[in-house]
Amino acid sequence: MSHSLDVAAVKADFPILDREVHGGRLIYLDSANTSQKPRAVLAAMEHYYANSNANVHRGTYLIAEEATNALEEARAKVARFIGAPASQEVVFTKNATESLNLVAKAWGRANLRAGDVVVLTELEHHANIVPWHQLHDELGIELRWLPITADGHLDLTEVDRIIDGAKVVSFAATSNVLGTMLPVRRLVDAAHQAGAIAVVDASQHVPHAATNVAAWGADFVAFTGHKMLGPTGIGVLWGTSEILEATPPFLSGGEMILNVTKEGFTTNDIPWKFEAGTPAIAEAIGLGAAVDYLEGLGMDAVREHEVSLTGYALRTLAERFGEDLCVHGPADAAERGGVMSFTFKNLHPHDLTQVFDQHGVCVRAGHHCAKPLMRVLGVAATARASLYVYNDEADVDALADAIAAAADFFSF
Amino acid sequence: MPGLEDLYREIILDHYRSPRNRGELPVPPATRVEGFNPLCGDEIVIFLSVANGAVEDIRIGGQGCSISQSSASMMSAVVKDKTVAEVHRLTNAFKAMMSIHVGGDDHGDALPDPDVKLGDLEALQGVVKFPVRIKCATLSWNTLAQAIDEAMASEDP
Ligand SMILES: Cc1ncc(COP(=O)(O)O)c(C=O)c1O
Repeated sequence: MSHSLDVAAVKADFPILDREVHGGRLIYLDSANTSQKPRAVLAAMEHYYANSNANVHRGTYLIAEEATNALEEARAKVARFIGAPASQEVVFTKNATESLNLVAKAWGRANLRAGDVVVLTELEHHANIVPWHQLHDELGIELRWLPITADGHLDLTEVDRIIDGAKVVSFAATSNVLGTMLPVRRLVDAAHQAGAIAVVDASQHVPHAATNVAAWGADFVAFTGHKMLGPTGIGVLWGTSEILEATPPFLSGGEMILNVTKEGFTTNDIPWKFEAGTPAIAEAIGLGAAVDYLEGLGMDAVREHEVSLTGYALRTLAERFGEDLCVHGPADAAERGGVMSFTFKNLHPHDLTQVFDQHGVCVRAGHHCAKPLMRVLGVAATARASLYVYNDEADVDALADAIAAAADFFSF
Repeated sequence: MPGLEDLYREIILDHYRSPRNRGELPVPPATRVEGFNPLCGDEIVIFLSVANGAVEDIRIGGQGCSISQSSASMMSAVVKDKTVAEVHRLTNAFKAMMSIHVGGDDHGDALPDPDVKLGDLEALQGVVKFPVRIKCATLSWNTLAQAIDEAMASEDP
């Protein structure tokens, strides 16, 4: 069932899009950084605090039971949304960074030794690099890097050779800089062929396209709530029951235990064994509401909208600025997410986005937490415009006008 | 609301378009130090030669935005032939203009000297109204301070 997105109706669901900045409309093109939140998410969190606020898994009274049910219901929604075979495979964390740290620090420390190989790609976010660097320093593991091609795709020619003998293959499903969508199933299979576990950083995928972790066949999948219309402070690590059972806890304290004595402790069942301390209850409920909202739109419609708007943006920028503007990454909108990193003439991205700000256009400038990729691209920084469900052609036109204004201002 | 003209004064754009003292110096005898702005990925490389307690020569490399590049360019022009003590006074005066409190450093001059003339560098005053850009403007100065420390350390027997 495919129905297209009514963007005007979607826009109306996001209160922040009504505000003015610098005397004009707010044009938000930084959703790869964090997304805006629909009224339904704000309402769900407020409703929880106003009606059922209590600690979870502890109270024996009505509102504590309501709070616990709401938290677990949110977990079930997330599980269904990503095609997880079981709810208890969904671990709530603070964000994708914590999810990836859990994999590296808890699974990695228990299973990796000096000389073991972890394979990453050149387009990873620092969240999927630095924890592994730490394991290199701590345990002496080695890192190998899957290269990218000049047009921003993953170079598949030597994948099997590079992965051969590895213990972990950890990669982004969609690049937060180039928008490149990686062949997840192909990489998972290659990892398993080599006897490695496959870890997918789906932070830029889950918000934008239908996701089925079981169909991917991965061992771990990490993503973050605030990029998918949910609040900050809530992230997810999905893992197969098998691998989660076999992984020792990461943080420890309350909630994650079955029993504690003076002599020691036994851990709780999954997923709670990974959720030490009072969880982000309201945030989890907010994430559940975000999932409801996205399901209401339909993830196929979301993806269709983004492909079409990305295509419009690539055409518009090419028509208006020609060779002066270079968009990194795949040229075909159908092969990418709605993330466009670009450089314009020899204007520095930071100067570009300063001018954009005066026009109400919110675009990120910098290295986007992917410095190794920046080096591969041969740039210090890019400007990055990213699209989501509430963006339309008028937003893209406003971006193009802001680029023209910057060119004018600096008269390059 | 501060406008773009407050930030991008003509002299800044001039230094950005034609940066002074771009290039490298042979290392050694010169000292090479890199500075990074973690916010935006700007990288600056300073090549510094210090002789008899004064800046004998300086070259700037790396890439960055107009604010960091022009600040580095103006800095390179103003510190040449200055003694290390004078450079410290300039640095303090510049940071004070950026609303950065410089007190209690180990060079004895906690308060910026009102007699220190910043010259062209005063064009960067507008940066204060755009707080995220202050790091861009101070990147080269922090890197220079490190270069001076390293150069002095290797000068002392
Ligand atoms: C691909 C990717 N991985 C990981 C992260 C980290 O997300 P968070 O900062 O929410 O932990 C991000 C977002 O910045 C991202 O784009």
